[in-house]
Amino acid sequence: MDGEDDAPKSLMEEMYANGIEGVDDAPSSSTSTTIRKNRPIISGEQLDIEAYAALYSGRTKIMRLIFLADHCDNSGMQLEALRMAYDELKKGENTQLFREVVQKIDGRLGPNYSTDATWCAKVDGKADQRKDKLESELNAYRTNLIKESIRMGYNDFGDFYYAHGALGDAFKSYVRTRDYCTTSKHIIQMCLSAILVSIEMGQFAHVTSYVSKAEQTPEALDPPTIAKLRCAAGLAHLEAKKYKLAARKFLEVGPELGNSYSEVIAPQDISYSSNAFTLQNKVIDNINFRNFLELVPEVRELINDFYSSHYASCLEYLGNLKSNLMLDIHIHDHVETLYDQIRSKALIQYTHPFVSVDMRMMADAFKTSVAGLEKELESLITDNQIQARIDSHNKILYARHADQRNATFQRVLQTGNEFDWDVRAMLLRANLLKHEYNLRASRKI
Amino acid sequence: MNSVEGLLTQIQGLSSTASDVLSLQNVLKQADESLRAESTRLLPFLDQLDPSKHSLGYLYFLEACTAGPVTTESASSFVLIIARFISSCVAEQIRLAPDKFISVCKRFKDQLLLLEEPLRGVAPMLTAVRKLQFSTEHLTTLHPEFLLLCLLAKCYKTGLSILEEDIFEVDQPRDLYLYCYYGGMICIGQKCFRKALELLHNVVTAPMSTINAIAVEAYKKYILVSLIHHGQLSTSLPKYASGVAQRNLKSLCLSYIELANSYNNGKIADLETYVQANMEKFGSDNNLGLVKQVVSSIYKRNIQRLTQTYLTLSLQDIANTVQLNSPKEAEMHVLQMIQDGEIYATINQKDGMVRFLEDPELYKTCEMIEHIDLSIQRLMTLSKKLTVMDELISCDPLYLGKAGRERQRFDFDDFDSVPQRFNI
Repeated sequence: MDGEDDAPKSLMEEMYANGIEGVDDAPSSSTSTTIRKNRPIISGEQLDIEAYAALYSGRTKIMRLIFLADHCDNSGMQLEALRMAYDELKKGENTQLFREVVQKIDGRLGPNYSTDATWCAKVDGKADQRKDKLESELNAYRTNLIKESIRMGYNDFGDFYYAHGALGDAFKSYVRTRDYCTTSKHIIQMCLSAILVSIEMGQFAHVTSYVSKAEQTPEALDPPTIAKLRCAAGLAHLEAKKYKLAARKFLEVGPELGNSYSEVIAPQDISYSSNAFTLQNKVIDNINFRNFLELVPEVRELINDFYSSHYASCLEYLGNLKSNLMLDIHIHDHVETLYDQIRSKALIQYTHPFVSVDMRMMADAFKTSVAGLEKELESLITDNQIQARIDSHNKILYARHADQRNATFQRVLQTGNEFDWDVRAMLLRANLLKHEYNLRASRKI
Repeated sequence: MNSVEGLLTQIQGLSSTASDVLSLQNVLKQADESLRAESTRLLPFLDQLDPSKHSLGYLYFLEACTAGPVTTESASSFVLIIARFISSCVAEQIRLAPDKFISVCKRFKDQLLLLEEPLRGVAPMLTAVRKLQFSTEHLTTLHPEFLLLCLLAKCYKTGLSILEEDIFEVDQPRDLYLYCYYGGMICIGQKCFRKALELLHNVVTAPMSTINAIAVEAYKKYILVSLIHHGQLSTSLPKYASGVAQRNLKSLCLSYIELANSYNNGKIADLETYVQANMEKFGSDNNLGLVKQVVSSIYKRNIQRLTQTYLTLSLQDIANTVQLNSPKEAEMHVLQMIQDGEIYATINQKDGMVRFLEDPELYKTCEMIEHIDLSIQRLMTLSKKLTVMDELISCDPLYLGKAGRERQRFDFDDFDSVPQRFNI
């Protein structure tokens, strides 16, 4: 799949891996840490940054570490994250990002972590050389008009730009290979590169379009590729706030993904991210998905609680996960919305089977006050998500069954009135038009 | 002098049979110029004519008499004469010269406005409308004049009697705009918001080639009434509204659209501050009263929303959620709404609880069945009318000519099966 040959863990391969990570590791933070420590998450538990970072590689790792540093209140964690980002950057060639990180460290980590000007100059110099070399190579390929070589040339350019953090140029280069793709394998390679870069850029519209392009290739895709594409699509849907579709995509991710990229902790990530959506969508009886769940016991517990109506513990698990989720690069924007939706869903499910519900008991089950619960229920009833009415005096919620017969009568009368109104207005307008037209015609004559 | 006297005798002689009246009309038409020239001396001659017999002649004389500028003194005498004439004239003769009759009635209205006694004109104008119209579906130019007098005299009920009749035939679009606009105001006065909405909607969506002030004012009122009646406003006009209305109305009524937006948010405080800030604007449009009704309706709307959610709720809670000052005030609101049939509830004063009930109408009574039956009948008649209209239009040579031309222009493909042009 990662088209490039040998060169153990060649940049190309690494990037693919990243890309997929970038896609699916979204909520990994929490899950991964929990797995390692193998005990239930307790709220406020700090993220083990080293463990977290070990799950990723390449650019994603750096971006995630920087993100962590930006969003973490704990200065110790911040510095730790920045330190690791610094080390990681030193291995790569992205001088621009390096300078940014150094600025963020701001001398807090001692003299070892300051701007290394000589290193920067050296890397930049090398980069210029390599760029010249790539350019001359590409020109040579182009004069020879060998499609495959040109494609490789552009690909190399894309890799080069990507390594140096010029994402826009990298994207352009990758897309240019499209004209020189001869087999569907090449096309898929192009799509995956483009998807990876556009995820990094945050251009999720591109992600969707390249996912669909990749899926349209005539040859059957191998399972890991399918899984990657599903992940990318899921992520794109997540960013577009189409949670339902995102959940569906994440659910479709096959278990093959985890096996093919052991250094990526994709499986756990997926299970987490999708579970958040599953709760709203009630898609649980998916055998493939079970496999993922087994990897993340907390999430599995959470879902089991949800389905066996132990809402309090379910919400507790969620609350514990929240602080870590907020530190995730992809999902943090959506945490609040998703949590609200999960809560509403739980409330709706709780009330569904009953004719009358004692709100005091319900408040206990949800660990909230009766007044607070009343407010929540009120907004749900107003949105027509729960068909019930609140007896505020006795604090009981009564299910309300609409009287079909009366409703029909009401609707009939209303429709009749509307029809009446419409027809009369129509006749009037027709007459006016006719009159005007006649007038104009008579004037002409 | 002679000519006038000659005319007088002719009128007296030729007012008995229908054919005589027709020939008299020709005579009068020719004499119109000379009558006008001598308008100042005509008044005494009126006494020699009997309005119930010589209606047509009387009308011509009267029209000539009143042509000059009106002063307060002359107005009071003329008002009497015209009122008597309207009540006693013969409808058949009047309809031979509708223009004259309309202009006399318009002057009658002007004179009453000058005297500031619109009430005196309401009854005669109603008679005039009845005598002038061929059928109740026919809108005359006098309709808006009559409604205007009703509005000024605050006789809304009398005005409603005319508004209840469905109007389908219109001579002048302007008459319709004014009729609907004034009619809408009368209905607002009577709190028949549904009917008012319908009338104002007619103005706003009426076909028009240029935007006019009547439509703009009507749209402002439409927005307000829609908020009061439905509690919401769909900001987009229906597709059948004319293009100019779609394009221009909203930008001309911006402050009202804003009002509707802040109403939709449901926050009473916001709404009130907005109204306060734009008090002058609404005041200068003479819509302040309606705006105040809009503000008070938001309380009702919010209470009604509570009935969807709660079975019982304490007055205190109602006051809190609806943002009223005290439970007492909430009680008054709820009580008023129960009385008006807007909600179904009982108040338990002992614990200060309100119990909301379901709509007690079970649609099982004879009256309800009868009501439904009547509605069905009415709709069937309307439906038939629509079909007839459709048939008429599809046979109309002018329409076919136009449709044929347009078809030719747009659909080159299917021109074999459909005749493109009708040369009639």
